[in-house]
Amino acid sequence: MANMVSTNGSSSTGTNRVKRGLAEMLKGGVIMDVVNSDQAKIAEDAGACAVMALERVPADIRRDGGVARMSDPDMIMAIQASVHIPVMAKARIGHFVEAQILQSLGVDFIDESEVLTPADEAHHIDKFAFTIPFVCGATNLGEALRRISEGAALIRSKGEAGTGNMVEAVRHLRSILGDIRKITQADSAELFEWAKRLQAPLSLVQEIAETGKLQVPLFAAGGIATPADAALAMQLGAETVFVGSGIFKSADPAPRAKAIVEATTHFRDAAVLARVSRGLGVAMTGIGMDEINETQRFAQRGW
Amino acid sequence: MNMQVGVLALQGAFAAHSDCLTSIGVQSVEVRTPGQLNSVDALLMPGGESSTMSQLLESSGLFDPISTRIADGMPVFGTCAGMILLASEILDGRSDQRSFSAIDISVRRNAFGRQVDSFESAIKSSVGDFQGIFIRAPRIERVGDEVEVLGSINNEPVLVRQGNVLAASFHPELSNDARLHEYFVSITAIRKKV
Repeated sequence: MANMVSTNGSSSTGTNRVKRGLAEMLKGGVIMDVVNSDQAKIAEDAGACAVMALERVPADIRRDGGVARMSDPDMIMAIQASVHIPVMAKARIGHFVEAQILQSLGVDFIDESEVLTPADEAHHIDKFAFTIPFVCGATNLGEALRRISEGAALIRSKGEAGTGNMVEAVRHLRSILGDIRKITQADSAELFEWAKRLQAPLSLVQEIAETGKLQVPLFAAGGIATPADAALAMQLGAETVFVGSGIFKSADPAPRAKAIVEATTHFRDAAVLARVSRGLGVAMTGIGMDEINETQRFAQRGW
Repeated sequence: MNMQVGVLALQGAFAAHSDCLTSIGVQSVEVRTPGQLNSVDALLMPGGESSTMSQLLESSGLFDPISTRIADGMPVFGTCAGMILLASEILDGRSDQRSFSAIDISVRRNAFGRQVDSFESAIKSSVGDFQGIFIRAPRIERVGDEVEVLGSINNEPVLVRQGNVLAASFHPELSNDARLHEYFVSITAIRKKV
């Protein structure tokens, strides 16, 4: 397997430490979905630590149906030109050519995302074959470890994107972090059973037993719509949050964006959370899970 | 000695810095409020996004108290974005971005390029030789007369010091190597004795 670490003299690009390093830099910040450079500027002005450039936010992808693909390079480049903060973009699960294109555009992070229509029903992208880092979604620890074994530098909960409903993200975070806590209590014989049950490499399971944490940062995504939602994800153990439809589908995006940034930093301080939650106007309407047909759930995409 | 080193925890790689301090037996405190700042003898400013941190410094009411503490001689160590926050001049930053002007250097934000250009490289320094990890790194383009260059790559400064202010364009917290943290703690220890 090609590993895209390239060395020139004493200097190397694309190493695991360099890839995971950018994920470390994003901790405690907010990564916001934006569909044009005006929104990207609003996000940066509000204190976003990165933006995710995409043609339609998940709520619109869900509404429109059809095939959702990588965004137009023109739109991604316009966003890159308009902000100083890192710019991420989404490729379809398994669509390594979309990922090659995004890397050649100089995107800072690729989200191999279940929000887009999967291009491969068995394989995810070999992420070691790229110089830039990838983030992948997971609903449980086994899925997270399979993505890490393919080279993901960052894991996020899948949640259920475009719903404005936290319930799935909470389920996924609790599942991932709960299993990590249990693994740290397991004896060495039980770790074989854990690896089998999680369908994950034994070496990664053993590493978690030793360190008590995932090999890469764990962020929350999918359904975050309010400052309290962001703080909930953080208190559950996420290291920062992605906010998709929640900001630009709300009545007044700029103050909401700023409030979510402050809530993510001061996530344990209820007085700050109360202050920033005031007067934000109407949040996105949102969808209950029982209103979504099983086949229309994004979280079940990915293997 | 009962020393507490604060890690500015508004955004960025603060957890990795806290881990480094713990690994050398130093007590660290995450600083998000002026009250937490009061309890620390020194402050580490991590990497992350300098524009995000700059806004959170204002909204958290930390900018002025930190500025006062630095003027009083509190040791500070800024890495990457943290270095940008300490610099006297920021190039290619946001127009509303404020800095503490604690060290006389001019720093260009993201001067080494986007993530695809982020790299690891060996650094020669008077503190020791390091494997430096540079993530969308800023570049030190000018160094004032009072500033001591401690480390460089290709004859470019990447580790600098002026008095009790230490700044690095790379990330010592990401390489399981706490020697620079030890060096910073030694600056703090000397000051605490005085």
